[in-house]
Amino acid sequence: MRVSEKIIEGLLWLSAVITILITAGIIWVLLSESISFFQVVSLAEFLTEDEWTPLFAEKEFGILPLVAGTLLTTAIAIAVALPLGLTIAVYLNEYAHARMKQIVKPMLEVLATIPTVVYGFFALTVVTPFLQTLIPSLAGFNALSAGIVMGIMIIPMISSLSEDAISSVPRSLREAAYGMGSTRLQTSFGVMVPAASSGIVVSVILAISRAVGETMIVAIAAGQQPRLTLNPLVPIETITTYIVQVSLGDVPQGSLEYKTIFAAGITLFVFTFALNNLSFWIKKKYQEKYD
Amino acid sequence: MTNSDINRLKDKAFQVFGIFCTFIGLVVLAVFLIDIIVEGITRIDWDFLTNLPSRRASRAGILTAWVGTLWILVLTTLIAFPLGVAAGVYLEEYGRKNRLNNFIEINIANLAGVPSIIYGLLGLEIFVRQMNLGGSLLAGALTLSLLILPIIIVTTREAVKAVPRSVRDGSYALGASKWQTIWNQVLPASFGGILTGIILALSRAVGEAAPLIVIGALAYVPFTPSSPFDEFTVLPIQIFNWTSRPQEEFLTNAAAAIIVLLVITFLLNGIAVYLRNRQQKKVKW
Repeated sequence: MRVSEKIIEGLLWLSAVITILITAGIIWVLLSESISFFQVVSLAEFLTEDEWTPLFAEKEFGILPLVAGTLLTTAIAIAVALPLGLTIAVYLNEYAHARMKQIVKPMLEVLATIPTVVYGFFALTVVTPFLQTLIPSLAGFNALSAGIVMGIMIIPMISSLSEDAISSVPRSLREAAYGMGSTRLQTSFGVMVPAASSGIVVSVILAISRAVGETMIVAIAAGQQPRLTLNPLVPIETITTYIVQVSLGDVPQGSLEYKTIFAAGITLFVFTFALNNLSFWIKKKYQEKYD
Repeated sequence: MTNSDINRLKDKAFQVFGIFCTFIGLVVLAVFLIDIIVEGITRIDWDFLTNLPSRRASRAGILTAWVGTLWILVLTTLIAFPLGVAAGVYLEEYGRKNRLNNFIEINIANLAGVPSIIYGLLGLEIFVRQMNLGGSLLAGALTLSLLILPIIIVTTREAVKAVPRSVRDGSYALGASKWQTIWNQVLPASFGGILTGIILALSRAVGEAAPLIVIGALAYVPFTPSSPFDEFTVLPIQIFNWTSRPQEEFLTNAAAAIIVLLVITFLLNGIAVYLRNRQQKKVKW
């Protein structure tokens, strides 16, 4: 009896420890392939060179164009999702009836369940042609359309998490604001949003991390031309798209081109890892200030 | 106009703006679904569901894609379900507050934030190359299992946590051991919540294309897989492939395949929401 209990506990423990092995595996895989990449290409070249052409005859290994593409699409997505998401959060909390909130919140969350390849299709076949009627110089593949659609996708992330943060602000603060004669708008942006700012910041950081790692929308709609630009109207390439592009082609295993996807992968991992840990840190440091 | 009139006006203006923002997302969602249905629905017929892929758009079907998706769903469930539930139960029921368990918790939160394409790179190196599975169904299912493991663990923990102490105390009082209590009382009581989490995780897995492309799943597979070691394709990859082609007819195919994929995704989510509501209504501790 005792023994079998211990065996079961051991097996359960093993399952939990596997999660550490996954992280260790990710770091090991990314590091081991990248290290052999960096034996050929110097880290300085990787970080400062302004061209990325590993698949051409004339090879250049500067990650900056891919990073620029990633940051550009992410910035556009956040520029769409932050104002919309925050307004929705404030509106649902302070203005909407409880019943409406109950209906709208799950409906918005449907946006987050749609597969990203579907969003990519939408960006390419609906949003880009529409934007081209407004901006004739817009290329068929561009950062703008991919970024906007990505922004729509992450609206529920920001609106839901921010709404949770705002609604957990103690009632007394809100009532004090109303007692002073504030309007709902003044109460929201003068008291509630500042009081919930750590939670809102966390939601935005998580949204950024999600946008940085997003793959299929940008792979379909943003193009495959790495270039160091902040122009949203031309084709660019993100880190994630590059990994997909190489995976689709016949790049021989063990070749330098093959190793580039791990070097790109570790760059991506560093970004998202830093963002995720920043959000944990903020959450831990500023949470329960009012309890 | 007095100051307070202006403030009241601003308040009203924001209310209108709030309604506008709330519904713009929903309107976009509606436009988007209608657009896809209009473009794709006429393309869906029996032949489309049962034809093999083809270079000619009008003869191409999604048989290999949806069969592949089904295989992936079943295999991923078989791998991720026991592993995720076991880990969740351990952390909630056995895990003491020590360094290791604390680290495991932070680690799981971190894993949930790793982009899916990174899991693809992990799967490529470990499953495809080291374990020599190639671009097989098994390699794909293993990769996706790791991807959804954090979701299953977190929801399992929440479901187990919701079972009140009194249920465990009652079981212990009757002389049951710890594992007997978990197996006979805690797990049955929390099963609804665990199931909800697994279905949500699967709906995430079903839409993933990026990690499977990285491990080498193909866009063109001329046969339906018959064992876990066969090569495969899935619906999202088929959609991606058709979307990347310049010909208009392939876009119609893509729209039709998207309808099928969305039906599967919404069905899974619907089941999860239904189970969750039923659970919340039925169980009142």
